[in-house]
Amino acid sequence: MDIIIELFSYDFFVNAFLASLLAAISCGIVGTYIVSRRIVFISGGITHASFGGIGMGYYLGINPLVGAGIFSILSGMGIQLFSSKGKVREDSSIAIWWSLGMAIGIIFVYLTPGYAPNLMSYLFGSILTVSTGEIWLMLALAIIIILFFTLFYRTILYIAFDEDFAKTSDLPVGLFNYLLMILISLTIVLNIRVVGIILILSLLTIPQATANLFTRDFGRMMFYSVGFAFLASFIGLLVSYFADIPSGATIIFTQVVIFGLVKLIKAF
Amino acid sequence: MKKLLEIKDLSAGYENQVVLENVSLDIFSNDFIGVIGPNGGGKTTLIKTILGLIKPISGEVNLLINKTNVGYLPQVNQIDKRFPISVFDVVRSGKANTALFSSFHKNRQEKEKAELLLQEMGISHLRNKSIGELSGGQMQRVFLCRALMNEPELLVLDEPSTYVDNNFEGELYLKLKELNDRMAILLISHDVGTISFFVKTIACVNRNLHHHPSNIISEEQLASYNCPLQIITHGNIPHTVLKLHDEHEHHGHHH
Repeated sequence: MDIIIELFSYDFFVNAFLASLLAAISCGIVGTYIVSRRIVFISGGITHASFGGIGMGYYLGINPLVGAGIFSILSGMGIQLFSSKGKVREDSSIAIWWSLGMAIGIIFVYLTPGYAPNLMSYLFGSILTVSTGEIWLMLALAIIIILFFTLFYRTILYIAFDEDFAKTSDLPVGLFNYLLMILISLTIVLNIRVVGIILILSLLTIPQATANLFTRDFGRMMFYSVGFAFLASFIGLLVSYFADIPSGATIIFTQVVIFGLVKLIKAF
Repeated sequence: MKKLLEIKDLSAGYENQVVLENVSLDIFSNDFIGVIGPNGGGKTTLIKTILGLIKPISGEVNLLINKTNVGYLPQVNQIDKRFPISVFDVVRSGKANTALFSSFHKNRQEKEKAELLLQEMGISHLRNKSIGELSGGQMQRVFLCRALMNEPELLVLDEPSTYVDNNFEGELYLKLKELNDRMAILLISHDVGTISFFVKTIACVNRNLHHHPSNIISEEQLASYNCPLQIITHGNIPHTVLKLHDEHEHHGHHH
């Protein structure tokens, strides 16, 4: 126990701890929406498309996360636009944006002269190197998400459950779909540093799957998901630190172990 | 008798495919219209156009009452049964309140109304269940409660008798008959025989719409409306109200 307390005297560890807490809040809440509404695949498309922005960031010499933000929001809109107006099947539309973003990223990284620092940390996450500036951004996002989901809880729930019925009730369905798409994009981008592009989908789905074993209520599922996401992130953080293995992968592995254990206990 | 809705020369459909053509229909406050017709004939397209979910290609749909005063019970297979939502929340969603902070308002009236409807349908004990735990009949009761939350002037139901037991089906139609005292009802069904006991008039929809002025309709009339019986029903439903001498003989041969 002492050794864990001692860890908190290091700035980098405090940052990592805060990052795992804030990631759990944003991913727990937004992930519940994603899973309930069955838009996991869209979220996967947005996640991978954001790599294009990371590559662009390197090439232009700006913060790769800014590029990732632009790409993920554009791809979120693009997927919806392609499938609603362009008459492209939704899953094909997702695949197009998914691979286009990755391709653009790879080309930009290749064109960038010299070495692309931290590229691996964007792909696989590196919670121990999260900066204080990034913590502030994650905090701002967590507050926005908490406010948005509390103020509009019922509107979000009703639209997610039955979009057609919500339209007949005159709810602003289109507006909320876009606002939530932007929140999903921002959540993905600001958590890339925690577990990386390749693994972030798990933070949006596995805690929710575990939570779903305990409750079938949208609101409670959000709370439980935040709890399970934080538990796994913190345990994963400690394990990866002491065992000196990659943090992102360890966090995901912990998520799955917790899900498996809970499922097993529930079975008996 | 108040006119609630008028449809004039409506054409509607999806993308480049026209499903409905030259449809005209007026709905008045005491109507109980049974909508029958083959699969793909445009029944659901018709009500989605009425509800404003599909824009007409041409023609007019004039809703003369507030949009929120139309109650809607969608086809049960349009609902995600694994969605994490409780019965009580589904019913409450029938009176959606967009106001900021609406989640925190005490909403006492809204909750009381939901409780009352659940009681009326005899499903108060299910209020905290999630919808995935319900049987077909229970689910339809919940969606009927939701459709009634706003005290609608027009109630639109899309195949409410699918996936339900015969017992509930009869109960449902009796309930609708009772509701018809205070609201107009538009009921889509496959089951032309059973609904004609309860509805006042029948509309046959198969690309065009023919509004038959009574609830008794013969096979010849159905054929002349472009809705022959064999394409409406799927063979094994007893068509009690219809004059089906031919069909009886047909059965006789089999036995």
